[in-house]
Amino acid sequence: MNEKEAPLLEMRHISKDFFGNQVLSDVNFTLKRGEILGLVGENGAGKSTLMKILFGMDEIHQTGGYGGDILLNGEKVAFATSIEALAAGIGMVHQEFSLLPDFSATENILLNREPLKYTVFSELFGERLNILDREKMTEISEKAIKRLAVPLDPEMLVSQMPVGHKQFTEIARELSKEGTGLVEGIKLLVLDEPTAVLSEQEADSLLKAMRLLAETGIAIIFISHRLQEIIDVCDTIMVMRDGKIMKTGPSKGVAIPDIAKWMVGREVNTSAIVHRVFDYENKDIILALRNLWVDMPGEVVRNVNLDVYKGEIIGIGGMAGQGKLGIPNGAMGLFPAGGHVTFEGKDIPLNSPRNFLDAGMAFVSEDRRGVGLLLDETLEWNVSFTAMQIQEKYLKQYLGGFFKWRDQKAIEEETNGYVKQLEIRCTSTKQKAKELSGGNQQKICLAKAFAVAPKLLFVSEPTRGIDIGAKSLVLKALRKYNEEQGTTIVMISSELEELRAICDRIAIVSDGKVLGILPATTDSAEFGLLMVGQKSEMIDGGSV
Amino acid sequence: MNTQNMISSVKSTLKSFGLPRIIIGLFLLLLFILAPFVGVNIGTSLSDTLNRFGMNAVMVLAMVPMIHSGCGLNFGLPLGIIAGLLGGTLSMQFNFTGPSSFMMAILFATPFAVILGWGYGQLLNKVKGGEMMIATYVGFSSVAFMCIMWLLLPYSNPTMVWGYSGSGLRTTISTEGYYLHVLNDFFSIRLTEHLTIPTGMFLFFAVLALIIWAFLHTKTGTAMTAVGSNPVFARASGINVDKIRTLSVVMSTWLGAIGILVYQQSFGFIQLYMGPFYMALPAVSAILIGGASVNKATITNVIVGTFLFQGILTMTPSVMNSMIHTDMSEVIRIVVSNGMILYALTRRTEATR
Repeated sequence: MNEKEAPLLEMRHISKDFFGNQVLSDVNFTLKRGEILGLVGENGAGKSTLMKILFGMDEIHQTGGYGGDILLNGEKVAFATSIEALAAGIGMVHQEFSLLPDFSATENILLNREPLKYTVFSELFGERLNILDREKMTEISEKAIKRLAVPLDPEMLVSQMPVGHKQFTEIARELSKEGTGLVEGIKLLVLDEPTAVLSEQEADSLLKAMRLLAETGIAIIFISHRLQEIIDVCDTIMVMRDGKIMKTGPSKGVAIPDIAKWMVGREVNTSAIVHRVFDYENKDIILALRNLWVDMPGEVVRNVNLDVYKGEIIGIGGMAGQGKLGIPNGAMGLFPAGGHVTFEGKDIPLNSPRNFLDAGMAFVSEDRRGVGLLLDETLEWNVSFTAMQIQEKYLKQYLGGFFKWRDQKAIEEETNGYVKQLEIRCTSTKQKAKELSGGNQQKICLAKAFAVAPKLLFVSEPTRGIDIGAKSLVLKALRKYNEEQGTTIVMISSELEELRAICDRIAIVSDGKVLGILPATTDSAEFGLLMVGQKSEMIDGGSV
Repeated sequence: MNTQNMISSVKSTLKSFGLPRIIIGLFLLLLFILAPFVGVNIGTSLSDTLNRFGMNAVMVLAMVPMIHSGCGLNFGLPLGIIAGLLGGTLSMQFNFTGPSSFMMAILFATPFAVILGWGYGQLLNKVKGGEMMIATYVGFSSVAFMCIMWLLLPYSNPTMVWGYSGSGLRTTISTEGYYLHVLNDFFSIRLTEHLTIPTGMFLFFAVLALIIWAFLHTKTGTAMTAVGSNPVFARASGINVDKIRTLSVVMSTWLGAIGILVYQQSFGFIQLYMGPFYMALPAVSAILIGGASVNKATITNVIVGTFLFQGILTMTPSVMNSMIHTDMSEVIRIVVSNGMILYALTRRTEATR
């Protein structure tokens, strides 16, 4: 490539403030054709704002614009709307899907840009009575899908697709824009955390597709929290922290701990949590699941038998949709369940959260916003509510317990304690839960569970959607809680590495059953085999 | 920087009070300023406003428990009112007079309110998400049912039944000799010839408001707010969501029953048959104008909302009448009250999910 050629995209001295609050300052970078740029940073580091500026989103104009210049092919541009950005050949795939579930892939890809056919009626009543040119539509969408080299059926309804295919549909839509005359060619694609919802296999094929696109000269800005992906697929890595670029450099030879360090400005390393040797000798079984079935949509549990030993951290892994999430949700009673759950030798009646909590167990849900939090209430309420209702904590009792008054002072003290202990970033404990970032919300959920001082804690996807700094804090907090309080922890996660980092042993769930249990020190390849259903000789289902 | 801070703090204060309340408040103030110029006695106006505030405040308060538990706005208020009517008429039937008739009316109304509220609560638990529509029709159909019952029930007190047939209750029954003005006259303060403050009625409301406020600070009250805020969260914390919701409906129904008794003692008449039909909407509007959302309401919302709503409703017809010198107070009252209801319902806000 000619070095003198102007780079595809250059951003010079970009700065942005929201009402005096500086969120970006002096951001400079260039992007060549066919280059994949990995953009990483903690939540709130300014990645999204930077992308919004590039796209000319309304939000930026309404808050007073930005400073600095954007150069596209060496020419200065300033997009007033995102449509102008699209016309200039920039495509964006957002983290949340914007697809119509009851439409096919083709229909979604070409929505509102369908090629049309004239009919008699359109002669009479105007262009609004044109009909869709189905053949041409299929042709265009197939062409777009082909560029991705993925097995995506253009006729499949979005509602029936696995998440990975939905993501491909989104990308295919951006690519198809050059086929319909809107743009002369897509030059730059921004992918905002496209792999966050994908399983590892799906993510792999997405990364392959990205490489293919890059080879055809499309530049890609790739935002992800999964650092290994960034290292694998990107040519250049750009790390942001507090609105500044901390580091830009080729991805060759960079290791995850380096990136993590640049991101948070201190040493973080999930693997720094040392493996411990848990002594199973003479340990009692604290929880026994027998023939457990759970009717949780998308995560059906068919027949789970599992013994949990007192004091251990046991991980439950497996692929999405195989039923690992159903286990805690069913045991707690949030979804219809059957079978036997024996805790400390006593049978726990199912389908009643109260019995589960009364027995001394707690559950941190994977659905933070739906189940885990009172979004409209203060942090104090969120932390104290369960403990107050189940164990009568933080209450002043009058008239022989007839009148139970909320003890505001005790609640405040307890919440402040957790805010300090878990490094929850908030303006005060009176702040509403919905105003916190994902990582801090997760910590509130943990604090809520810690407040009931459970003997056994189920933690479901504790690090989903939170950045690496918060992640390691959450994992460390769990390990610390386990060691100091002796609380048994059952942790469910889709990220095997995370389970291997803090668990003593890991059960792999597939098709609603436990396929096998391995010590966490086992090679990850062995787990991989187990997940796809291939047992090697060393696995003997269920034993320690 | 400092001015910026000041502006933003002023902004946030205004925002928390809410633009609708500021606009309505200013309009009410304008009416009070205009009143003397068009020959309306300010003392009488103020006295009327205070009176109407006292009469309606308890029924607006009846919205609070159901809003807190996420059952939405209590459009089924007529059900509570019917319990109150039964209490009032029974107390008169058994010839209790003076203040004791009011006490007995409350006592008689309570079991009806509890039973009706419990049934109403069970119904609402079966229609989660569509409470407000169902509640409206619960209100309407219960009124229709009671139209039959008022005729058939064996009341015999001659002050209450139709004179010519000797059976069946009249459409309006005077509370004179029974509980007329028992609260209004309790420690009432006569400031001028036209301005009297109905202290007893305010005190009674204050006591009820205090009870509700205190209840919301107890363990069960906290659970009620949590159920309204996120029922799934509450369930995951071991709360029996249906039970809490039923409790809130019973409380709302009981407050509705008490509310109508307070209303009657000041108004002077018990209005049967279609009387309760239109009582829910003004109460719903008052609390919405006071700044409540579909699942958040405070005692302040009740007080501010009732005052603004009743203030406008009292002042507009009298001021307008005097300005245009024709008697169309009833028309104006209908236009204003329905206009306010319409406005309030468009201001409805929901919580984050």
